[in-house]
Amino acid sequence: MLVHLPVLQVIVPLMAAPLCLILKRVQLVWLFTLLVSGIAFLISVLLLQQVMSSGTIIYELGGWEAPWGIEYRIDKLNAFLLLIITGISTVVLFAAQTSIEKEISQDKHTVFYVLYLLSLTGMLGIVATGDAFNVFVFLEISSLSAYALIALGKDRRALWAAYQYLIMGTIGATFILIGIGLMYQMTGTLNMEDLSQRLPEVAQTRTVFTAYAFVIVGICLKLAMFPLHLWLPNAYAYAPSIVTAFFAATATKVAIYLLIRFTFSVFGLSFSFTTLPLQIIFMALGMLGIFVASTTAIYQTNVKHLFAYSSIAQIGYMIVGFSISSVAGLTATLLHLFNHALMKSALFLALGAVMYRIGSVQLSQFQGLGRQMPLTMAAIVIGGLSLIGVPLTVGFVSKWYLLMALIENGWWPLAVLVLLGSLLAIVYVWRIVEMAYFKPSLATHANVKEAPISFLIPIWILVFANIYFGIDTRLGVQVAQAASESLFAVSVSDITIIEDSL
Amino acid sequence: MKRGELIESLINIVLLSLLVGIAIAIVCMKDLFAVVMLAGIYGLISASFFVVMDAVDVAFTEASVGAGISTLLMLVVITMTGRTEHPTRHKPLLAIFVVVVTGGLLIYGTFDMPYLGAIDAPIHTHVAPRYINESMQEVGVPNIVTAVLASYRAFDTFGEVVVIFTAGIGVLALLSVVRRRDEDSVIDSINDSMHEQHLILRIVSKMMIPFIMLFALYVQFHGDYGPGGGFQAGVIFASAIILYVLLFGLSTARKVINQTLIQLIAAFGVLFYGCVGLVSLLNGGNFFDYNVLSSDPIAGQHLGILLIEWGVGCTVASVMIIIFFNFAGRKEFQQRNGNLIDNISKKNKGI
Repeated sequence: MLVHLPVLQVIVPLMAAPLCLILKRVQLVWLFTLLVSGIAFLISVLLLQQVMSSGTIIYELGGWEAPWGIEYRIDKLNAFLLLIITGISTVVLFAAQTSIEKEISQDKHTVFYVLYLLSLTGMLGIVATGDAFNVFVFLEISSLSAYALIALGKDRRALWAAYQYLIMGTIGATFILIGIGLMYQMTGTLNMEDLSQRLPEVAQTRTVFTAYAFVIVGICLKLAMFPLHLWLPNAYAYAPSIVTAFFAATATKVAIYLLIRFTFSVFGLSFSFTTLPLQIIFMALGMLGIFVASTTAIYQTNVKHLFAYSSIAQIGYMIVGFSISSVAGLTATLLHLFNHALMKSALFLALGAVMYRIGSVQLSQFQGLGRQMPLTMAAIVIGGLSLIGVPLTVGFVSKWYLLMALIENGWWPLAVLVLLGSLLAIVYVWRIVEMAYFKPSLATHANVKEAPISFLIPIWILVFANIYFGIDTRLGVQVAQAASESLFAVSVSDITIIEDSL
Repeated sequence: MKRGELIESLINIVLLSLLVGIAIAIVCMKDLFAVVMLAGIYGLISASFFVVMDAVDVAFTEASVGAGISTLLMLVVITMTGRTEHPTRHKPLLAIFVVVVTGGLLIYGTFDMPYLGAIDAPIHTHVAPRYINESMQEVGVPNIVTAVLASYRAFDTFGEVVVIFTAGIGVLALLSVVRRRDEDSVIDSINDSMHEQHLILRIVSKMMIPFIMLFALYVQFHGDYGPGGGFQAGVIFASAIILYVLLFGLSTARKVINQTLIQLIAAFGVLFYGCVGLVSLLNGGNFFDYNVLSSDPIAGQHLGILLIEWGVGCTVASVMIIIFFNFAGRKEFQQRNGNLIDNISKKNKGI
């Protein structure tokens, strides 16, 4: 069965989704979903081990070899992503049943889990596959289920937020499809590996340029990169808390993965970074994203909105790392991808606990919660410290690597800007701390108690992960470094021009 | 030969300019009913264009989905939203700019494209030759499109089925309303009085429904040999049932079609498709390797394709029915609430 792990990774949650619809009993469905997600996590651990020890795994679906059939191609990069997605999904699910009891009406609980599993399937499918069109198919699965999940939010504004996301997401997906279609027209293949070999021949054509433009803009829409981020804050703020915790940690990460995959593996570095002025564009947009989104976050009155804007800023850091286009830069991006998933899932899950107890996440409602919900608030503080990048948390590790990568290139001013961006994070995190610890409790909150244990366990698992991986950085750094080195090995082999730009 | 080419390009020009004209009309019109009708016509003309391009399978899908069922669904929606678009004040200058840039880029991209139908175009020389030359020996199905969709790229098709399943579940999650049984009889009587007027339509369509279903089954099982397959068959089958709902009312249809059962069939279709893959795993092949399903590889391929098409048909048909029922149920819900409000306001006036 070990040979079939790559496909089982996707098939297990996929087949579980319709099974949930048959099971019907809500408690049973929840346990089943949790079990399935746990199995998927186990599979991803095995896959990562296998990839780290013996290299890329190729799995031919239907027994047809690559350019004719579809192949799954698991290398260090996507094994890492699979681990992040399934891990976060499993931890978040622990709190799901308690959380949705208050946020989603009883008759929709089963459907919620079906959609959750479909969304998980979609993301895993996008990451695991080595076929460009297969990416699009699974992108559709993950997007459609995401729209429905967000619209399930209690607040009626969730519908509008989901609608906005639907329109933007559909434009993004269509752009990606147009790009893939143009690539197919110029090369006659849909397989990524095959594309990377056949694209250089036609790299100078206008059609390939257009294809690249469409794919990248489409992905950037999905990943809420700075000027294309408008759908994200409302979608995160009004979605059910569990959905926000899951998506904030995984959905944009999958889009970042696609950006890296298409830029480095499919089109190749020489095309993306030397024939096009992408480095400067991404660098500028990333930096702008950090500052604009962090500043906007400071002025938010809804804490979910606040952290949503902070997410856009964090995406900015990943884009900056990506735009350096060096092994160190990419390592920083991948590390931050992992670390940000840990921070944001912990933070949004803690907000879910607040939502559960007081039914609101307005900043003004946080008054005095530090005394009434000490464990939940402590989790928010530690998550916030990690977001700022304080030593001994994961946030510090990735910021450190990002600074090192910038300094390695001699880009001192940019390094200073990254540090300044972290100062803005201190401001918005402080606003919550001030409310929670230095203001008297509200009279209406007299009966508010600590969050139930089903919330505290997953929240604190994630908080400990934030600290543990901040001290013992081996797992993250090793995998991220190996993954980015292998991406560069592939990308650099066919060109020498890169040396100049480094 | 020369003359044939001329006529073909003439047909293409006419069809494509019709498409552009309709698209512009759709954007400009405020009457949503006309917009829906035009969208249907757009689908039909695209289908004709695909036929001219010799892509009959795609044309069939476009005709049944684009011109058929999506028109129906949009019609149900405008019964709820009203027939005319609200006038907008703002001038979407930025949007127009983005659209122009995108369109310009697309046109720019066409400059280096290989010519349509050129023999040396990469799409004809790299992957396609094996499909054309070998699929008869490897898969043993005369319709190459079916061989590619259901065997070479079976996993994509599986993904598409899951996309449709997701859409159905999404509609279920957002639009389903809890029905109160005691109100059914009231709605029944309203419906009955309404449907009395359509006596001729009712009788004619009642005669047609069995034939539509029979045709759906033909399309389902004939996909190996001609255009067709599970997707088209599912849509056609669902449209027979939707026709019934349209003419006999939702509550009558509910007596015939059990909602829970339909949901189970949708789930079953996906599971069935996936199980074919799992069986090939257990028989020692890769996922969706049909060769190991039977002792003879070709027989295995035939069996695999037959089974997965069946799964596709089940899911597509039942999801279409789920979507239609929930849309229409929403309308009914709105009506019922509207009646309630009317009654209350009448009472208030009386006092």
